[in-house]
Amino acid sequence: MTTEHDTAAPPVKGGAAPGRPPAGASAEAAKKRARLSRRWQRDMRWSPYAFVSPFFLLFMAFGLFPLIYTGWASLHQVELTAPTDMTWVGMKNYTRIFDDDFFWNAAKNTLTIGIISTVPQLLMAMGLAHILNYKLRASTFYRVVMLAPYATSIAAASLVFVLLFGRDYGMINWVLGLVGIDNIDWQNDHWASQLAVSSIVIWRWTGYNALIYLAAMQAIPQDLYESAALDGASRWRQFLHVTLPSLRPTILFTVIVSTIGASQLFGEPLLFDANKGASGGSQHQFQTLGLYLYEQGWVNQHLGRASAIAWTMFLILIVIGVINSVISRRLRASS
Amino acid sequence: MTTTLTKPPADPAPPPPPKRGRRSKAARAGGQMHAGPLAYVILALFTFGSLAPLVWTAIAASRDNQRLAQTPPPLWFGANLFDKLEMAWTDANLGEAFLNTTIVAGVSAVTIVFLSTIAGFAFAKLRFKGRNALMLIVIGTMMVPPQLSIIPLYMMVAKLDWTDQLQAVILPSLVSAFGVFFMRQYLLQALPDEIIEAARVDGASSWRVVWHVVFPAARPAMAVLGMLMFVQTWNDFLWPFLVLTQNGNPTVQVAVAGLGRGYTPDQSLIMAGALLGTLPLLLVFAIFGKQIVGGIMQGAVKG
Repeated sequence: MTTEHDTAAPPVKGGAAPGRPPAGASAEAAKKRARLSRRWQRDMRWSPYAFVSPFFLLFMAFGLFPLIYTGWASLHQVELTAPTDMTWVGMKNYTRIFDDDFFWNAAKNTLTIGIISTVPQLLMAMGLAHILNYKLRASTFYRVVMLAPYATSIAAASLVFVLLFGRDYGMINWVLGLVGIDNIDWQNDHWASQLAVSSIVIWRWTGYNALIYLAAMQAIPQDLYESAALDGASRWRQFLHVTLPSLRPTILFTVIVSTIGASQLFGEPLLFDANKGASGGSQHQFQTLGLYLYEQGWVNQHLGRASAIAWTMFLILIVIGVINSVISRRLRASS
Repeated sequence: MTTTLTKPPADPAPPPPPKRGRRSKAARAGGQMHAGPLAYVILALFTFGSLAPLVWTAIAASRDNQRLAQTPPPLWFGANLFDKLEMAWTDANLGEAFLNTTIVAGVSAVTIVFLSTIAGFAFAKLRFKGRNALMLIVIGTMMVPPQLSIIPLYMMVAKLDWTDQLQAVILPSLVSAFGVFFMRQYLLQALPDEIIEAARVDGASSWRVVWHVVFPAARPAMAVLGMLMFVQTWNDFLWPFLVLTQNGNPTVQVAVAGLGRGYTPDQSLIMAGALLGTLPLLLVFAIFGKQIVGGIMQGAVKG
C-alpha cells in the first residue's frame, strides 16, 4: 500500500513486514528481508483484489454480460431454432410488444398479482413477527415450521395448490362450501385465479419475511419500550409508535425485494395453468410478464422479442429503484 | 446502469445489526412480555396453514384419481402411498434427478461458500482502494434478478452445446452477491482485528490468514450459507427448466414439473412426485432448522 513500485526495495518499511529480529548485518540477510518485504507488500496490496475477483468475474460472465447482451439481442431478430443467428431489426421488437395487447395484459396482471401477493404477505409477516417476539414456549419450533413452505419448491407448491384450488373437487372449494359459498372457478375467473396464484407466493414467503422482521424487532432497544410503557402506552400503541418506526428500513427493504420477486413471477403461473400452456390461463387471466417472456421466447420461439421484454422489465426495475431511493431519502430526511 | 441500482440497497443495509441485539437476551424488545392465549391461537393457525398443504400432499399421494374426484376430498391417508411414490420415482426419472440435483446444489453451495467467504473477508477486514464502491456494486447486483439474463445465457448454452449438461445449470448459479454480503456481515462482528494482526506479526500471508484464521472463525456462518444456497439451488426452477429436459438429464424440479405437465395427469402420482422432491429439504430443515432460522435472521436478506 505504501509504495508504488514493487521492484524498488523499500529498506525502512521492512519493519512492517514479518517482525523477525534482523539476524546479522550481512548483505544476504538484508536482501532476503527486502525480498520478503516486497512479497509482503505485494500480498497486502493485491490479495484483497484476488479475494473479491472470483465473484466479479463470475458476475461479469453470467450476470452483467448477459444482461447487457439482452439489450443488444432485443434489437435483433433471433429465433429459438437458431439462437446464434441474429438479424438487425432496430426497435421492431419493441414496437411489436408494445402493440401487443397481451403484453399490457401481462404487465397489468404482474402488477395486480404483485399487490395481491405482497401486501397481505408482508402484513401477515409483520403480525407473525410481533407474536414471535413475545416470550413463547417452543419458539424455535414455530420459527422452523413457518419456514417449511420456504423449503418447498415453486414446482411442488404450485402443483399442490392446483389440486387444492380445483373447481369441482378441490379442498378449498369444499371448505368454502361448508360455509355456504358456491364453487369458485379458481382457474378461469379473472380475480379468483390471480388470488390463487398469489396465494402460492404468500404461502411460500410469509414465514421467511416474518423472520426478517423478527430479527429487526429484536434489535430495537428495550428502553424505548420501557419509556413508552411509563408514558402509559398500550401494547398496541407501543407497536405503532416504537416498533413500526424502528422497522422502517427493514420494511422498505422487504417491499423492494418482494416487488422484484413479484415482477419476475414465472413458475407459479406456469404450473398453475391446468391447460399446461404458457398463456397464463385460457384468457391470459394470470399471465405475468415473466410468463409472457417465456411464451414469446420458448413457445413462439422469438428470442429477440423475448429479449425486448426482458429489457423492458429491467427498465421497469430501474424506475422502481429510483422511486425507492427517493422514498428512502425522504424517510431519512423526515426522521 | 448498475449505478442507479446501487442506491436503493445502500439504505436497507440496516437489517443486519440484529445480531447485536441478540447478544443480550435481556435487552430483547418485547421479549420480556409473555404471550397471551390469543398469540398461541394465531400461531396454531399459522402452523396449520404452513403444514396442512404439505400433509395434504401426502394424503393425495396415497389415493388415486378416482378418489380425488369425489366430493368430500380425502382427509386421511389411503393405501397407495408407497405404490405411488415408487411409480413417481420411476416415471419421473427421479433417481437420476436426485443425483443431478445433489450434484448441482452441492457443487454450487460449496463453491459459493468458499468464494463468498474470501470475498466477504476482504470486504470486512482488508483495506484496499475501491472497497466501498465495489461493495456497493455487490449489493446492487442483488437487486438485478438473474431471470433477465436468461436469453443470452440460453444462446451461450446452445452455442456450447450444453443442453442437458449439468454445468449449464451450475455455472450461472455460482453468482451470489447475497453470499458475499452475508459473509461480510458475519465476519465484521465475528472476527476480531487483533487475531488477524497477530497472525500478520507472525508473518502469515493473506492466504494463510484466510486458511488458518478466517475459515475457522467463519465456520458457523459458512455452514448456514451452505444450507441456504443448497436449498435455493435445489428449488431453482426456471433456468434448469429451460436448459435441462425432462427425459434428458433433469433436476428434481424439472422432473416434478414434468409429471404435472403430462397429458393424462395422474393427480396422486403428481402429488407423490411433489412430495418426494420436497422431502429431502424438509428433512434438512427438521434437523438444522434452528441454524437455518438463525442464518436467515442474521442475513436478513432474501437470497
